[in-house]
Amino acid sequence: MATSASTQPVARGASGAGAPVGGGRRQPRPRAGKLDMKLSPYLFISPFFILFFIVGLFPLAYTAFVSLHDWGLIAGQGDFVGLQNYLDVLTQPRFLTALRNTFSIFVLSSVPQVIAAIAIAAVLDQNIRAKTFWRMGVLLPYVVAPVAVSLIFSKIFADQSGLINELLGNIGIEPIRWHADPLSSHVAIATMVNFRWTGYNTLIFLAAMQAIPRDVYEAAIIDGAGRARTFFSVTIPMLRPTVIFVIVTSTIGGLQIFDEPRLFDQLGQGGADRQWMTLTMYLYELGWGPQKSFGRASAVAWILFLIIVIVGVINFSITRRIAAAGPTKGGKR
Amino acid sequence: MGRRNRSWLAVGVGTLGLALVASGCSSSSSDAGAGDGTSSEGGGSGEKITLTVATFNEFGYEGLIDEYMQLNPNITVEQKKAATSNEARDNLNTRLAAGSGLSDIEAIEVDWLPELMQYSDKFVDLSSPDVEGRWLDWKTAQATTPDGMLMGYGTDIGPEAVCYRSDLFAAAGLPTDRDEVATMLGDTWDSYFAAGKEFMAKSDVPWFDSPGAIYQAMINQVQNAYENNDGTPIPLADNTEARKVYDSVLQASVTDGLSAPLSQWSEDWTNAFQNDGFATMLCPGWMLGVIEGNAAGVTGWDIADVFPGGGGNWGGSFLTVPTQSAHPDEAKALAAWLTAPEQQIKAFKDKGTFPSQVDALSSPDLLSVTNPFFNDAPTGQILANRAAAVTVAPFKGPNYFAINTLVQDAITRVAVDQTDDANSSWDKALTGFQELGL
Repeated sequence: MATSASTQPVARGASGAGAPVGGGRRQPRPRAGKLDMKLSPYLFISPFFILFFIVGLFPLAYTAFVSLHDWGLIAGQGDFVGLQNYLDVLTQPRFLTALRNTFSIFVLSSVPQVIAAIAIAAVLDQNIRAKTFWRMGVLLPYVVAPVAVSLIFSKIFADQSGLINELLGNIGIEPIRWHADPLSSHVAIATMVNFRWTGYNTLIFLAAMQAIPRDVYEAAIIDGAGRARTFFSVTIPMLRPTVIFVIVTSTIGGLQIFDEPRLFDQLGQGGADRQWMTLTMYLYELGWGPQKSFGRASAVAWILFLIIVIVGVINFSITRRIAAAGPTKGGKR
Repeated sequence: MGRRNRSWLAVGVGTLGLALVASGCSSSSSDAGAGDGTSSEGGGSGEKITLTVATFNEFGYEGLIDEYMQLNPNITVEQKKAATSNEARDNLNTRLAAGSGLSDIEAIEVDWLPELMQYSDKFVDLSSPDVEGRWLDWKTAQATTPDGMLMGYGTDIGPEAVCYRSDLFAAAGLPTDRDEVATMLGDTWDSYFAAGKEFMAKSDVPWFDSPGAIYQAMINQVQNAYENNDGTPIPLADNTEARKVYDSVLQASVTDGLSAPLSQWSEDWTNAFQNDGFATMLCPGWMLGVIEGNAAGVTGWDIADVFPGGGGNWGGSFLTVPTQSAHPDEAKALAAWLTAPEQQIKAFKDKGTFPSQVDALSSPDLLSVTNPFFNDAPTGQILANRAAAVTVAPFKGPNYFAINTLVQDAITRVAVDQTDDANSSWDKALTGFQELGL
């Protein structure tokens, strides 16, 4: 009864407003409106997902498909070979060399980078003169193209005529064999990466630091905490989500590193003994080098993808645990 | 939120619009191309067509293309220049794989010609009675497939001579005149290395620049360096010929200490030109410009009309016509015209690309060329002599580049990086050979 009573005035109003045809026309409108309400948000975000499907998900799946075939750069699709490409790659000593180099360069670049970025951000967060100048200054290396960075650093890290070895020679130290020793070459490449990315991460940390409520600092100071104590007990824990973000992105970037090692010498193959060949360079060599095997290159791409996921998850959980020692408020995130 | 949605919508509509415009453009242009194609097949030379020529670095074709368009008013020629040979190679490989997008004429460098030979069905056979005997025999041989198809028309070559520092020679008490130097260097590798020992007895400067360069020159004089004539690779472990060359290069470079520990094109190599880094180097024609650039301000460079172990060639290119071309006949005609001796002489005068055509090598225009940086040496005459001295056309199959890189890396490990000895480094090359899975 109650429902019919409530609907009646509406129906009456509708029929009173015009001809029966008009009532018929009016009826679907609320339904269309509902549909509009439900559907349009998805419609509006659909361009991203359509694009993501075309340029993200599809290549990912297609790469998996290619990796299961004998597939040449020019020859195209060949026979289905199952996991043979994966076996071929995993048994090649060069794969292990590439894996070692990638992790070595990744650790040598990401760790100092994040530490330095937090330290510089902490300094920039203080009351200093010409703030904008300094903040833009740290971002400047990021603007320089990686190729240009490599060009500059090749002058610095040349084995015989380089700036660093010249300086070392002046104070009587043996020149470092930047292009011959694996570790030295990794340090040199990591330096280029750090040069480029530290400033970028600094700005991200700086933005996060400025979002920390100032009254927390005041409370800490009233409690008698010194500068160092405030930094480690307030700033760092409050930066937790940002640290996770930076570590995850630098894991992805660090494991995919290509430009800097490729441009580290004139041949771009990672050294005569592949001292500094990374996984992405190995992938490139397999696909576009003498073997011209897209099948094997795709297998490496998928192995790299899995490695990045695994390392990303490990980093994420470690960072969570470390930062969880701080304030508990963010624990749910 | 509503506002955001609307702007997103605007972005979406804008993107869609752009995509439509782009696809509209591309479809209309491909329509026009198809129309041209059919009409030129039917009506012959009456219709206007456009030919594209893809080159890299400097081929010196700008003036020639204008000339060709004046001679053939119905043909418009567009040149697409890639900055480097590698860029051109990547572009060619990608578009060859995609099956479309190549130019009507594609320039190919001799280094990556062998790997493309296995896809020779994707290129037009250019052999024709008109061009028979136009090039030096070994140049034609480079572009001829095992089954006799001519894949490309030769453009330039890189005949090698020996460049030397006469001032350093004088300081070590050796002759400086280029004819006397040629006699002293002799025409075998042994005599070249012996002269080096004599020089280094009185000088601290290394005799030559790079062990890799010497190896490349020596292996280029071996008929079947890494592969049999049918294209099957010789297992590296059984390849005594390559091992012999490898050993003698390391003997000269490391044991006798004749080489500067440099790889060519590295930062240190470039800088070594300014600090008396080495006394001689093997120089193909195009290297003269490189030396002049790197050694700016250094006086004393000269060039001797001699090359150890017979002649040598380093580099050079070809013009090919991919079967993708809509106008293969017109493209072939243009390629034949561009690589004719008269035209190549003009390109030589314009950009210094040394011609590979027999007639061009006896042209007074070429023979009269001298180079002031190299003590006014008659470089035209010397390089023409060096081109004539090349006798071996080494067989380079699809795996040449891959195997050669392995051995070159092995030499670099021993003589430049000094991280391995000759045997352990060779073993690593053998492992690499296994990985190729040939």
